Amino acid sequence: MATTETFIGQPVLRKEDPELLTGHASYIDNWTMPGMLWMALARPPYVHATIDGIDTTEAASMPGVVGVYTAADFELGPLPFVWPITEEIKVPVHYPLASDKVRFNGDAVAVVLAETREQALDAAEAVAVTASELPAVIDIEEAAKDEVIVHDDLGTNVVVHWSHGGGGDQSVFDSAPVIVQERYAQPRLIPNAIEPRGCLAYGVPPVDEWTLVTATQIPHIAKVTLAGTTGIDEHKLRVIAPDVGGGFGSKLNVYAEEALALALARRLRRPVKWIEGRRENYVATTHGRGVVHDCTLAGTEDGRILGMKFVELADMGAYYQLLTPGIPELGGWVYMGPYDPKAYWFEFKGVVTNTTPTDAYRGAGRPEATYVIERLVDSFARRIGKDPADVRRMNLHPPHEDAQTSIMGLNIDSANYEPLLDKALGLVEYDKLRADQRDRRERGDRTQLGIGLSTYIEMCGLAPSNILGALRYAAGGWDGATIECLPSGHVIVKTGTSPHGQSHETAWAQIVADGLGVSPDEITVLHGDTHSTPLGMDTYGSRSVAVGGVALHFAVEKIKAKARTIAAHELEVAEDDLEWGDGAFRVKGAPDTAKTIPELAVSAWHAHALPEGVEPHLSATAVYDPPNFTWPAGAHVCVVEVDTETGATEIVRYVAVDDCGTIINPMIVEGQVHGGVAQGVAEALYEEALYDESGNLTTSTMTQYLIPSATEIPMMTTDHSQETPSTTNPLGVKGIGEAGTIAAPPAVVNAVIDAVSHLGVTAIEKPASPERVWRAIQEAKGGAA
Amino acid sequence: MTNVSVTVNGAMRDADVEPRTLLVYFLRESLGLTGTNVGCDTSSCGSCTVLLDGESVKSCTLLAAQADGRELRTIEGMAEGDQLHPLQESFRLNHGLQCGYCTPGMIMAAASYLKENPSPSEDDVRLALEGNLCRCTGYQNIVKSILDAAGSMAGAEA
Repeated sequence: MATTETFIGQPVLRKEDPELLTGHASYIDNWTMPGMLWMALARPPYVHATIDGIDTTEAASMPGVVGVYTAADFELGPLPFVWPITEEIKVPVHYPLASDKVRFNGDAVAVVLAETREQALDAAEAVAVTASELPAVIDIEEAAKDEVIVHDDLGTNVVVHWSHGGGGDQSVFDSAPVIVQERYAQPRLIPNAIEPRGCLAYGVPPVDEWTLVTATQIPHIAKVTLAGTTGIDEHKLRVIAPDVGGGFGSKLNVYAEEALALALARRLRRPVKWIEGRRENYVATTHGRGVVHDCTLAGTEDGRILGMKFVELADMGAYYQLLTPGIPELGGWVYMGPYDPKAYWFEFKGVVTNTTPTDAYRGAGRPEATYVIERLVDSFARRIGKDPADVRRMNLHPPHEDAQTSIMGLNIDSANYEPLLDKALGLVEYDKLRADQRDRRERGDRTQLGIGLSTYIEMCGLAPSNILGALRYAAGGWDGATIECLPSGHVIVKTGTSPHGQSHETAWAQIVADGLGVSPDEITVLHGDTHSTPLGMDTYGSRSVAVGGVALHFAVEKIKAKARTIAAHELEVAEDDLEWGDGAFRVKGAPDTAKTIPELAVSAWHAHALPEGVEPHLSATAVYDPPNFTWPAGAHVCVVEVDTETGATEIVRYVAVDDCGTIINPMIVEGQVHGGVAQGVAEALYEEALYDESGNLTTSTMTQYLIPSATEIPMMTTDHSQETPSTTNPLGVKGIGEAGTIAAPPAVVNAVIDAVSHLGVTAIEKPASPERVWRAIQEAKGGAA
Repeated sequence: MTNVSVTVNGAMRDADVEPRTLLVYFLRESLGLTGTNVGCDTSSCGSCTVLLDGESVKSCTLLAAQADGRELRTIEGMAEGDQLHPLQESFRLNHGLQCGYCTPGMIMAAASYLKENPSPSEDDVRLALEGNLCRCTGYQNIVKSILDAAGSMAGAEA
């Protein structure tokens, strides 16, 4: 049915919800097939060891076991790594199963197939590995010394050095009136999508066609790269992302288990399923962060930032996964923050260690950058005795409506930062809080108040393909959309993005609804299947609306161009005599003479009387390659109470003001901010992957790794009333998926430090646990901590 | 193998399982009720929460055999036909779910809790959800959903 309503900007309820709410979702573990075998992996309890032998005899003889396989049984290529960021980068070869050495706690050496899940897991435990243990190196600074080498053939653990280089007058880093130098360490994080990974491989053996259903963010990239690893022809491989229970970057990857399941299904001509256990997830799925930054800020006594310089050491883990060294590079374009420094420097070194590979984790490089920038700005403010809000305000980049090249070389699409800061300070009642803080300090209260700020920008809408090419990324950054208007009036939308909680079925329907004058209820959005939605580059890096959503816009334009031709023909007027309004093509001056898209879809379908040269069927495909990134921005303020006797922190207020450009659905935007901030709070106060001296992960289950529950996460005040349209795309959209995780960690940590700064505390690292806070207070007091 | 017989969502069901089978796998794999999800192996995440004789339990903490002869309710049994349970409806209206994986557990935990405490405060709800983890929503809209549902359920009974 045609409609004259508009939907962009409305909190339209989600089309995704009915199945998810009633227990009828298609998560990977809900799939089963006749004749299906279960796969399990043997991960021996070593961290770094030379493999002397793998005895599969006992495992192979156990009940239900169909086969046990080691690396020697496969002819598989290496797992994909698509971002060799420099010419000189050293690339460790990474096969699906380790054969010479175990290089991290969790490295798999054998794979078992059995009739049931339990039989497969039991047999995997029974695979006997004899190995000679080697010293392990876990800490990145230790690894950089090359005393223990992770990959002998590379000869060093320092595998990559990427320098953005500097801009502006570098002498300010020596000569400025105020030089602040700090070192910040950011721990490893475990992404913890609540659904673990899993996959099901099956096929049509007589024609050698294979399907992989997998809990992934990237079915399209997985198809291309798994064809390479498995040797299956790309046109005979189909990858399906069913309902996926969260990703956060951890499913932005192509994993050994996916290649092994495909290879084994093809070998045995039976479906093969693997579901990851949570303990397994903690070692076998990528981790995030794990970086140390040496930072320098050059400024003036009155608070001007003259330059910022960052030298980073980044933990790659034992191997690269899909993008590993590209993550710090991705952050490498935002080290000016929303400020206007006249000089900058950024470089990083990537170091391999005997740990689980790192890769994208919500924000991917940009949270790492924003954390150190925002900590540094607070340190600067403390040093010169100024209010951190004032220092931020005087250094914010001036507003611009058109794209401007940043000092770091990329074009910022549009900017208007100061009102965001003002809005956040107003919502949180900043002056009142500072007064409360003064009173508590004067009284010497046990519970002190801290106010932490974070003003940020992020780079979204990954990415212009030519820039990706210049950065040596192997793929493009475009995305595709196909729209088919069926004769029933229903509209099918095929998107190349692949959501896992981001509500594309709803938001994409809103975009198309407005474009075609059709209700969202009459629009079905298909996604995540390389057969039915073949044109795509998937979902990560807050790219979906800014690339895939914009592709939809262009497909709508194509549909409308064709529909206009048909409408003019049927109404016997010139095309120029038609205008689009209230959901239909209307004759200028006679608006009741009109044709709607559903009406024209019928005409295009029966094709009885189409104008000369017009093809039947009202459908169109657009592939959109963004000309630029998009640059959301915002200001977050966190207010904490810190118990100065126990070091315990409680967040009492959190205000998030974000400008993500034009908003398609404010309800969804708000939800993305809530979740992002919660993950940022988790990173700031609770979460940290820890290893023992031998390199075993000690935070190896959800009982040791502190994921916050509803009692730890505060109610947040969100505001997105400022919508500065992106100049990159005609929708004006920018992206919001990662903003919270980028902005929150420094806001929270700055608040904790602020709460106890009057006691002399100047630094506390993430996660700001009660113990860390208590120790910092004791050290500042000069006591024995 | 041992035979386990239960009443699930009002219907008698039974199946033969290995004695070590956890209740959650009995529900998912023997009875095909895959709405109850598994998110961890340490009873930490709460995704597998169901009602056993009306009270919420993490179905990975029990053996199927321990449920023998008892009454279970899972997410599949919450709606009546097309009519969503007030909690389901409230989650939908308040955007209380994103990826949806924790949602069945959240709803079952909330259903059990609201029977104990039909008019909870925000803090009460947060405490009641301590055993259920969500990675998408920051809990804000889940808490709102449950508070709203409590209101509408109280209204319906009044």
